[in-house]
Amino acid sequence: MPPAGLQPRTAPAVELRGIDKRFGTVHANRSVDLSVQRGHIHGLIGENGAGKSTLMSILYGFYTADTGEILIDGREVTIAESRDAIRHGIEMVHQHFMLVDPMTVLENVILGVEGGALLRRHVPKARAELRRISGEYGLDVDPDAVVGNLPVGAQQRVEILKALYRGAEILILDEPTGVLTPQEATDLFRVLAALRAQGKTVILVTHKLREIMAITDRVSVMRAGQMVGHRVTAETSTEELGELMIGRKLATRLDKAPAQIGKVVLEVRDLSVRDVMGVQRVKGVGFSIRSGEIVGIAGVSGNGQTELMEALAGMRRFEAGHVTIGGTTVSAEHPAFADALRKLGMAHVPEDRLRTGMVPPFAACESAILGYHEDAAYARGPLLDWRRIERHTLGLMEKYEVKPTLARLRGSLFSGGNQQKLIMAREMERDPAVLLVGQPTRGVDIGGIDFIHRRLLAMRDRGKAILLVSVELDEILRLADRILVMFDGRIVGDLLPEDADERQLGLLMAGAG
Amino acid sequence: MSGTALRLPWWADYILLPLLNLVLALLAAGVVVLLTGESPLEAVSTMVGGAFGSGEGIGYTLYYATDMVFTGLAVAVAFHCGLFNIGAEGQAYVAGLGVALVCLYLDFLPFWLILPLAIAGAAIFGAAYAAIPAWLQAKRGSHIVITTIMTNFIAYSLMEYLLVNVLIKPGQMSPETRFFAPNATLPKMDAILGAVGIDIAQTPLNLSFFVALACVVLVWVLIWHTRWGYALRVVGASPRAAVYAGIAPAGRIMQSMLLSGALAGGVALNEVMGAQGKLLINFPAGYGFTGIAVALMGRNHPLGVLIAAILFGALYQGGAELAFDMPAISPYLVVALQGLVILFTGGLATMLRPSLVRLLRVGAAAR
Repeated sequence: MPPAGLQPRTAPAVELRGIDKRFGTVHANRSVDLSVQRGHIHGLIGENGAGKSTLMSILYGFYTADTGEILIDGREVTIAESRDAIRHGIEMVHQHFMLVDPMTVLENVILGVEGGALLRRHVPKARAELRRISGEYGLDVDPDAVVGNLPVGAQQRVEILKALYRGAEILILDEPTGVLTPQEATDLFRVLAALRAQGKTVILVTHKLREIMAITDRVSVMRAGQMVGHRVTAETSTEELGELMIGRKLATRLDKAPAQIGKVVLEVRDLSVRDVMGVQRVKGVGFSIRSGEIVGIAGVSGNGQTELMEALAGMRRFEAGHVTIGGTTVSAEHPAFADALRKLGMAHVPEDRLRTGMVPPFAACESAILGYHEDAAYARGPLLDWRRIERHTLGLMEKYEVKPTLARLRGSLFSGGNQQKLIMAREMERDPAVLLVGQPTRGVDIGGIDFIHRRLLAMRDRGKAILLVSVELDEILRLADRILVMFDGRIVGDLLPEDADERQLGLLMAGAG
Repeated sequence: MSGTALRLPWWADYILLPLLNLVLALLAAGVVVLLTGESPLEAVSTMVGGAFGSGEGIGYTLYYATDMVFTGLAVAVAFHCGLFNIGAEGQAYVAGLGVALVCLYLDFLPFWLILPLAIAGAAIFGAAYAAIPAWLQAKRGSHIVITTIMTNFIAYSLMEYLLVNVLIKPGQMSPETRFFAPNATLPKMDAILGAVGIDIAQTPLNLSFFVALACVVLVWVLIWHTRWGYALRVVGASPRAAVYAGIAPAGRIMQSMLLSGALAGGVALNEVMGAQGKLLINFPAGYGFTGIAVALMGRNHPLGVLIAAILFGALYQGGAELAFDMPAISPYLVVALQGLVILFTGGLATMLRPSLVRLLRVGAAAR
């Protein structure tokens, strides 16, 4: 490599010119240009399927572009695989961490750059280097902690440490705050600012406009595979960026009628639940939900919400406690499984939609009867009536704007938002008395979020009881008529949205209430 | 997105790809034959001629195929529930006991009563023997691959003990039962077709071939057109989704393995009640294991299993002919050739797929 001094100092750290990429009939990137200055935090925003992930995957060497050029520090380079990208100082922190859970932080960091067959000589050096990097960027992690035991925020710091240890100059972060508490997100931004101060370049891929405004220097917006605008962050606004992203004006506020609250339909008393490892995850939780209200459970993921929802939905046995729904009481001694609960008027949109809410290799119409396959409406004698099921599926798809409207398409080939809409359609069209919803808009684009929120509110206004679990505080604040905060398996807060602010909720979520 | 890119039209997945794999296997086998100093072309024509060239050849091919339809379906049904049943061999062996008990001790009944009883005997004994690993998997989480392998060995020992000590026909050395009475054996195909005026060669092919065909249809309907089959496939594809849907995985694991064992029992029908007319040592002869390759090649679809079973039947029959006609090619080499076909069509079934995807995409772009 020639000395950096030979390059003009103004050359951008990353420049993409005319990147074009097709997958079959899908034109994922159409002649995309992007220029990122050295020492900047550059935001890349766009809805799901806008092409941001494809573009970053091309830069990181997961895909190769059909046409187009990549320039690093002004020099044209070929990036055919991730190894090339790493050689050019590009590192990526994925949304789903690529860490080995049973290994320590140090072991994870040196993975792939062990420096020799025997670790003994290299490890002390690595430890010193790790300590130096930690100090320099304020990345506080115990090098000997087992990664699987660390909270999500710390795991993310390990990912960043790993990238820096390998000598990253350009860091791509894909939706980094999706799994973090507000406090953890603030910490992350502090680290990003430290990186910028040291001259590193950061590309931040997100769909959260607030984060873009808070931390980036410049921002590029993608829509439908094209770059639709570059802005200096200080000279733009969330409204403008939102419009660029979806190509029309955003309805800023959701019209929310006052709740018409009726009688209690779901009552939970002293509920305790253990996970498969025998760890108590839900510790004596009690609350009730009345018809016509949305109760939101806020909390950092991993504080028992998942187990609570699964227990309520009949996917997990209780350790102790009672749940009363529609006059029937379920307990550890008298368990009811998902099929029985559905008959009592419980519907469930699970948080892990791809693995739980549907069957990935199944056709959409097969997933559209999941949980209801025993229904006589889908049968003809002892056989399933696939023609009727297909018609039913197409009906659901039209009503809930699921695209493409193909009942025979494999479920895993739909985008996250469309999978979610199909699952919601299946559960909501049953007109249940109680709806359990976990992370309804995780990974769903803005247009889809709006649609899903409206549907949930409409259901509430029809007098149904909804329990909403979400790690998105915005979502909880927007939809819930009552907010419960869960921390370490207990409910540590019960407040009304008009009395709650984000800071206070964040403190409760962190167990510091 | 990458998922979309990897889609192929159904004919490419189910017809073109298996055919290409078969061609590759034959090419590799050809090299092996060439190394022995024989002509590969002659070997191929001997094999094909041996398998399909005469009424007798076809009869034997279909007779072998009958066993492999049963075991192939057995493996496929378990697979749809996410289970890898390596134990069809042992299940078939124990099913032989069920068939033999009916045919030996109930032979005072007329044939039309013995037939359903023998089918039930095969199915119940096969299923009961599969129930042990099934229960261990469903309730104890013991991996079904390990337990079915182990139960195979137990089946060998159990059946050998019974044949040597209990069921052996007195006054002989070989551990076999007496011949079943004529009304307790399955009519051969030449007799069946002869009755309606069609004259074919005499082979071990018998009535159980039709039972196998019926099972193909039955499994197809069960898996894709009933609620039971739907629930089974949900458990197989995503146990979490099954729990979400209120389908208890343990129950489906038990049921699918019972059906799998019952299907494997068909081998006993074909061999014990059909071809041999008696119960003898080691009659399943490895069909349970070949069934795994048959199911793999048939992509666990009943129709694919039928086609793959006929191919493997042809390999058995053509291979026997080959060993007989070309002395330089030993029976062991024939087994090696069969192994190559299994390797390419089973183990490396999707090796060519990425290239095929690329090729077809280029083709589509050119259009």
